Amino acid sequence: MKTLKILFLLTVALVAAAAVIFGMRDYKSGYEVGDIATDFSLKNVSGNQVSLSQFNDAKGFILVFMCNTCPFSIANEERILALDKKYKSVGFPVIGINPNNPVVSPGDSFEAMQQRAKEKNFTFPYLFDEGQQVYPQYGATKTPHVFILKKENDLVVKYIGAIDNSVRDSETVTEKYVENAINSLLSDEDIKTTTTKAIGCSIKE
Amino acid sequence: MRYFLLSIFLSLLISGCSSVNTSAGILIPNKIVKEGDVALEVHDFESLKPLFDNPEDKVIKVINFWATWCAPCVEELPVFEKLNTNYKDNGVEVTLVSLDFPGQLVSRVIPFIQKQKLKSKILFLDDPYGNKWIPQVSEDWSGAIPATVIITQDSYKFFEKSFSYRDLALEIEELLEE
Repeated sequence: MKTLKILFLLTVALVAAAAVIFGMRDYKSGYEVGDIATDFSLKNVSGNQVSLSQFNDAKGFILVFMCNTCPFSIANEERILALDKKYKSVGFPVIGINPNNPVVSPGDSFEAMQQRAKEKNFTFPYLFDEGQQVYPQYGATKTPHVFILKKENDLVVKYIGAIDNSVRDSETVTEKYVENAINSLLSDEDIKTTTTKAIGCSIKE
Repeated sequence: MRYFLLSIFLSLLISGCSSVNTSAGILIPNKIVKEGDVALEVHDFESLKPLFDNPEDKVIKVINFWATWCAPCVEELPVFEKLNTNYKDNGVEVTLVSLDFPGQLVSRVIPFIQKQKLKSKILFLDDPYGNKWIPQVSEDWSGAIPATVIITQDSYKFFEKSFSYRDLALEIEELLEE
């Protein structure tokens, strides 16, 4: 009888644990505009560890979850480079983060990242989210996926979404969301469009 | 008498609607690109919109967003092909909406369709302004693909994930039982 009771309790505990685990999977984590973003320490293609706290002169950051393999991310590389060129000097540098698991997506290995950064002359840190701890915290779901952060007392999320309104083709862009947002931040105005959606490649877990 | 006329009117209305809404075949594309045995309808979201209406009769619309360059999408295509074959007679209408680069329609998308011998209905969505149309498919969609919508007379379900055949068939079986 006692064994039965123990078995019963074990079953209850197992079911409860399973419920918690499955519940967690459905729970949508990630930042919304206005949330405080946490810093991280990730390996750059140069081999150094990079944290946002190292950028003493920055007013904020253009954080881009990007990768080597997604054609939509690749279609945005020139635009990401242009953003870094335009806004690094005024205090909003680009920070690229590759969130993909190289076991699932071999083309997104650290070595492949180094190669890509060299080929395309990336002027910004291209960081590897090794162990995939950072992207779920931010709530990135795809590449490319942009988070604009501004240094206030903490790092505050100011914009989440796409670089502009035509991810597939820069020729048909009519609205530059990230540029508009940074320009607003620089002139202390409210950002008109704070979240946008665009097609992207799901992050490879 | 008034009710009699009203009921005739209503039944006309309903039957009229059902013939319009039952299939994706009546969508009017912006253009059709023909290559060999493939004729691919090209839409913007405006012309594709009726695809996301609830059907008027017992049809189950299964709409999958994919692209030839999206590895998890290509991996799950056989799942939708199999569903299309196995559940056609149960009123299931599978539509695969390609989000490939418009410039690669002839060089890449059509050859892919031919090589994979895809049997499901395939449409090409050429609409750059995702921030406008993605929320119209679902407010829950971040824009990542693969993504799938399942629509019946009285339900609209959105999934931002990959399906196994078992999971997809389970979804359909549940809807068929209702």
